[in-house]
Amino acid sequence: MKKPTVVSRYAGVFVLATVIAVLPLLLPNSFYFDVAINGGIAAIVCVGLNLLIGYAGQISLGHAGFFALGAYSSAILTDNYGWPPIASLSTGLFVVGLLAFVIARPILRLKGHYLAMATLGMGIIISIVLNQEVNLTGGPDGMPVSAFSVFGWEVNSELAWYWIVGGSLIVIVLLALNLIDSAVGRALRAVHGSEVAAQVAGIDSTRYKILIFVVSAVMAAYAGSLFAHYTGFLTPSEGGFFRSIEFVTMVVLGGMASVFGSVIGAAILTALPQFLTVFHDYEHVMFGLVMMLTMIFMPKGLLPSLRNWISKNSL
Amino acid sequence: MKSVRWIRTLIAGAIIALSSLTGAAMADSIKIGSFLAVTGPASFLGDPEKKTLELYVDKLNGEGGINGQQVELTLYDTGLSAKEALTFVKRLISEDQVDLIVGGTTTGETMAVLKEIEKAEIPFISLAGASVIIDPPKKWVFKTPHTDAMAVDMVYRDMKKQGISKIGLIAGAGGFDKSCMKNADALAAGAGISIVITETYGKGDNDMTPQLTKIKNAGVDATLFCGFGGASSIVTKNYAQLGIEAPLYHTHGSCSKGFINGAGDAANGVRLPCAALLVADQLADDDPQKSIGLEYIKTYTEKYGGDISTFGGHAYDALFLAVEAFKRAGGTDKAKVRDAIEAIKNFVGVDGIFNMSETDHMGLSLNSFKMLEVTDGGWKYLY
Repeated sequence: MKKPTVVSRYAGVFVLATVIAVLPLLLPNSFYFDVAINGGIAAIVCVGLNLLIGYAGQISLGHAGFFALGAYSSAILTDNYGWPPIASLSTGLFVVGLLAFVIARPILRLKGHYLAMATLGMGIIISIVLNQEVNLTGGPDGMPVSAFSVFGWEVNSELAWYWIVGGSLIVIVLLALNLIDSAVGRALRAVHGSEVAAQVAGIDSTRYKILIFVVSAVMAAYAGSLFAHYTGFLTPSEGGFFRSIEFVTMVVLGGMASVFGSVIGAAILTALPQFLTVFHDYEHVMFGLVMMLTMIFMPKGLLPSLRNWISKNSL
Repeated sequence: MKSVRWIRTLIAGAIIALSSLTGAAMADSIKIGSFLAVTGPASFLGDPEKKTLELYVDKLNGEGGINGQQVELTLYDTGLSAKEALTFVKRLISEDQVDLIVGGTTTGETMAVLKEIEKAEIPFISLAGASVIIDPPKKWVFKTPHTDAMAVDMVYRDMKKQGISKIGLIAGAGGFDKSCMKNADALAAGAGISIVITETYGKGDNDMTPQLTKIKNAGVDATLFCGFGGASSIVTKNYAQLGIEAPLYHTHGSCSKGFINGAGDAANGVRLPCAALLVADQLADDDPQKSIGLEYIKTYTEKYGGDISTFGGHAYDALFLAVEAFKRAGGTDKAKVRDAIEAIKNFVGVDGIFNMSETDHMGLSLNSFKMLEVTDGGWKYLY
């Protein structure tokens, strides 16, 4: 296997940036922009989640909880307390980071199914709180969120949101790539390979796992905050169990331990249901079929499988 | 390996081919868009709504369409996700370029899309219950179901008739429950009712005996239950098990056969306001809602079988309000259609008689609600 060089690493970012820059010319109307923006927001969550799942080897079935906490922090502080959106966003990120840090230590001591259970429980607790605190969150019927504004400039066009989400995604991807290629990233991969071996080699595995858990939670919260202001309406289902599963599915479909795979997985799973509506009543059957075929023929995920296939056939 | 590659190519090709098909729309037809929670937790609402819309659009086209134009229905399933609802509304507006939107099975989905609807300036008729959708009125937004406030009002009137003044309230954690509870509080003083005890239970609870015991001990004249779905049956069963003599009232959240089936004999004696549709066969012959209700029940059950629900009725009314508006506007000009909906008066639907106005975008009055009592496991029309 070839070792990724600096050039090939940034080549990916360059391709992603080019796609993001050219895409608006090909999107005919605001519906397509909406799909692209939702895909971008999901991609931000997935890149973070993949750091945890793909690189550190720790599962999280509760990431939608962090996503929703970020979203609701923005919504509640901006709309109920009149904070400027940018201040709500930063506070939300800080609070989610802190929460993730506090719960990471007990949670990440668990392994395998037990870790999955614990993160699942965490997501469900967050979802229950969002449903029950009606005075703050509006309960199951949700709450409206005002538009995002910075220094009096209000973001309300699809195109503006597209650039914000697209730009954020590039920055997040760069951050993730740098993290993976640093000492932290190598330590994480060692932990993924064998935690005991990593500890023997002198790696403080707990510290790195906590770090990556917090980083991925904050990324999810950031995406949540963007989502809240973009859609303008939040319901607790954004923090529900199914949303968490959706994020994990995107990561697995795109390819574990592949940053760009996550972006592709998120883009496909956001767009696919829209294209499948032509099947009407068979929409969900087709969705399942596509997922099954992908997993059967490309078990490593889309991007890694395609990369293998191309290198095998072209050389 | 080769066959694998073939399958891949085929799948990719099929997806591209089918997605390009969606672009091909019929020219010169009236386009009605819809987004409903056909699957997911609210499917018992969304499914009859979808069936009703499809059935009657087919029927309309068979009869020559509206103004000589065929009607084209574009319907998406939100699975009860507010996010999907918003995406589908954007799609209906900018991609499918529909002339009017009917949809939003629940309050959550409806509220999520209002901003987009107002921005795009497209007439929209919601099928969700809460009063917040049309209060305050929004220019492009209408709705067909009765509100929770009306149900409470109707129940209070019936209580006064029975000489009841001291009541207990029991409600769940859902959005409708909370909204209904708030309205019950707000309307109590004006109706001369005092709520002496309010008890709530959590989402997914399956025994409300503790809450009902407290209500029993408070010595109330009657109890009002704010909620819908499975909880309707559980509360009613527990109420009977505790042997509480005071009458039990429900709202229109329990207007489905499922409630009676779940509660069994305990349901007998429960009083509740419902749309006339449920008791269409018992209405007086000169009641304007009788024939339209019977007609709907016949058409729906002939095609799909089973029991009808008031939720399909909401979709029926929304569709025919739209049809009426298209006829009056003589075309699909959005502003004219909107004005036409607002101008509709004395329009007989299965939910009641609609009198739209600038300040009332639902148009139903209290007398479109019928007071029912459950008797021998069926609906008995009181007044």
